[in-house]
Amino acid sequence: MPPVIEMRNITKTFPGVAANSNISITLEEGEIHALLGENGAGKTTLMGVLFGLHRPDSGSVYIRGEKRRIAGPPDAAALGIGMVHQHFKLVPAFTVTENIMLGTKRFLLNTKKAAADIAALSARHGLGVDPHAKIEAVSVGMQQRVEILKMLHRNADILIFDEPTAVLTPQETAELMKIMRSLISQGKSIIFITHKLHEIKAVADRCTVLRAGKVSGTVNVADTSAEQMAEMMVGRKVSLNVVKPPPREGQPVFAAQNITVWGARRETAVRQASFEVREGEILGLAGVDGNGQSELAEALAGLRKIHSGSLTLRGKDITRASVKKRMRQGLAHIPEDRGKRGLILDFSLADNLALALYDRPPFSRHGLRDFNQINLYAQKIISDFDVRAASGGQTSARAMSGGNRQKAVVGREMERKPAVLIAVQPTRGLDVGSIEYIHKRLLALREDGCAILLVSLDLDEILELSDRVAVISRGRIAGVLGAAEADKNTVGLMMAGAGKGAEVT
Amino acid sequence: MSAIDTFLYLSPMAIGVSMPILAASLGGLFSERSGVVNIGLEGQMLVGAFAASYVSVRLYPAIGAAAFWLSLPVAMAVALLFSALHAVACVSLNANHVISGTAINMLAAAFTVFFSRTVTGSGVIDVRGGIMRYTFPGLSNIPVLGKILFTDTYHTTWLILFLLLASWFMLYKTSFGLGLRSCGENPHAANAAGISVTKYRYVGVLLSGALSGLGGAVYALCFDKGFTGSIYGLGFLALASLIFGRWNPWGILGSTVFFGYASTVANVATVMPAFAKFPTVLLKVFPYVATLLVLVFFSRTSAAPKAAGEAFDKDKH
Repeated sequence: MPPVIEMRNITKTFPGVAANSNISITLEEGEIHALLGENGAGKTTLMGVLFGLHRPDSGSVYIRGEKRRIAGPPDAAALGIGMVHQHFKLVPAFTVTENIMLGTKRFLLNTKKAAADIAALSARHGLGVDPHAKIEAVSVGMQQRVEILKMLHRNADILIFDEPTAVLTPQETAELMKIMRSLISQGKSIIFITHKLHEIKAVADRCTVLRAGKVSGTVNVADTSAEQMAEMMVGRKVSLNVVKPPPREGQPVFAAQNITVWGARRETAVRQASFEVREGEILGLAGVDGNGQSELAEALAGLRKIHSGSLTLRGKDITRASVKKRMRQGLAHIPEDRGKRGLILDFSLADNLALALYDRPPFSRHGLRDFNQINLYAQKIISDFDVRAASGGQTSARAMSGGNRQKAVVGREMERKPAVLIAVQPTRGLDVGSIEYIHKRLLALREDGCAILLVSLDLDEILELSDRVAVISRGRIAGVLGAAEADKNTVGLMMAGAGKGAEVT
Repeated sequence: MSAIDTFLYLSPMAIGVSMPILAASLGGLFSERSGVVNIGLEGQMLVGAFAASYVSVRLYPAIGAAAFWLSLPVAMAVALLFSALHAVACVSLNANHVISGTAINMLAAAFTVFFSRTVTGSGVIDVRGGIMRYTFPGLSNIPVLGKILFTDTYHTTWLILFLLLASWFMLYKTSFGLGLRSCGENPHAANAAGISVTKYRYVGVLLSGALSGLGGAVYALCFDKGFTGSIYGLGFLALASLIFGRWNPWGILGSTVFFGYASTVANVATVMPAFAKFPTVLLKVFPYVATLLVLVFFSRTSAAPKAAGEAFDKDKH
């Protein structure tokens, strides 16, 4: 039987970059085929070719043995190919049914019949989706199932999952893996794009690894270790396990007492949160996206008002202090949204790197800026943190890739030798190599005695790096665990709202 | 006069005035639901008022009262073409919607006065007759309701109420409406579902042009009896109604009727004994203060289409 998808010798060049060079990949019927690669390795371009978003310079696509020309997403859909996007393509104000009906060609909507169809389809695949629920009212995991349902409703039998677990709790991830297997048993075939090696080990049959636009190999997952796959992806040995020295018993330097914070719609986003971060320790803050961690981090950094409660840094009250004052006290912040809050995209990299210090000697004297000093300082961060920018400090931040922007922000904040660092998703969207590097720097900072609050949606990252783990659920700190008692299951259950020590089923 | 009598006395006028606002507000609804903020409703109404007046005056000698009815589709077409400027700026050229809308308003004021001067020399077009009031025999004798709905009404009122019903049906019962609303809520989702965001936004803006053109024409032919160089902020009232009505057809009906009564009170109160005890100034500013208060209290809600005012960039998430 011919493979369901065969992409043969695909080459796609963008001005100056060979995004895909001579890539071949086959998806057999009924298999889960993982696609692994760093950012910029060419995964997105390859899928773009499959969906007709990019026309390849050479090479061809065969679907079930027949050569096909795919001119756009509708063609792909007609061939039964559907994608579950990383950023869900759902309308929050619509119901599940309305979202799935979106794009239908029939002029008059028959909502009742569509809802019944969707309920039946959901039941057949064990998805448990309520067709009348509004998207904004259901969990992220449920939204993802709606995306899956959308594909099934359009009769897709080749499903592509684009980093589907990035936004899920460990339990939801486990559920998703189950769903993926059940889809396979119903005759579907899956391409699974991910960074996470243990997920590939858990669910995939084969794995194709891309590096710098080329295939570095296709392997049987059962016969290959995670380390081997990581090495194929990065091109050198990568240590997947973080080695960290035992924590020192430092004094608390950063303490929050019963902090309450309001969200954007004046709802209570954080309720009575209390915790402390000690000198030389990493306190991880785990939680499912949207449970108040963003608001809490913003409030700690001074970007959002603390409604009640108090915050102290080295014994000084900074509850009402301005951002600048907090920075002067030794607080550093790696913000969640580096494009919006981390960098001024239209400024040069050098100006961005001096952003917190621009008004002080040696960077400015008597109100005049010293460009020499700024450039020297920028140069140091650029080389220390391996920030790649086409024209050094003079590169516009907008022209830099996401990973390099992140390294620039991380470098800027760490270079100030802060007493306290609030790091919000410091490795979001980065490839394995960069993640390894940033983790190393975080641990080095910890060794230097910095108190680090690590906010991350990636539970593996939290568990690997943290000395203690605080779990936030619906705006409350559900508990703080020591590294020894913080395992995936316990933390996952607390993230989902169960209390500390709940029954594990 | 008792309070009820006063209310009934004001009603034909109030309902009549609220209809042009309703038409323009429905136009704004289509535009904003598709994701394009349109503060150019005022200018589009003005263009509609001018076109209707001009066509009426030109054709009246030849075809009589039919000229007024013929002028309505012409006004809608002219305002539709005019709104295409806004559509091109906002949808194709990614201009800021508010700035483009402001330009539309300024352009409309200049354009209509310029042309009416070249036509009449005075900048004012007088229409003799216009659309006349009509009292339904029989139906107007129903207590209360007969007085509100069937006495001294305009046929255009029923036309606009029909358009309200049609708009609701289009927006909520058809795939066209679902697609249009999705473009205003999350254009990326719409695009992924194979919907052309550009096309729907064009349609939304052009419908706003046609409907506000109709509103302007109806106001000119029913109340102003011609083009006077201004539409008195009705387009902005329509915009306020859209917000007050929470971007929903029935809410918009309620809010436009509210504004209809408010402005009628301001206009006729001075001659009514029931309002004699209030200072004139207070009555005159009443609709504007009411608008302001309504907006202060209701514009904080989250009912607005989430992507309204945002350019759609396929590559941005």
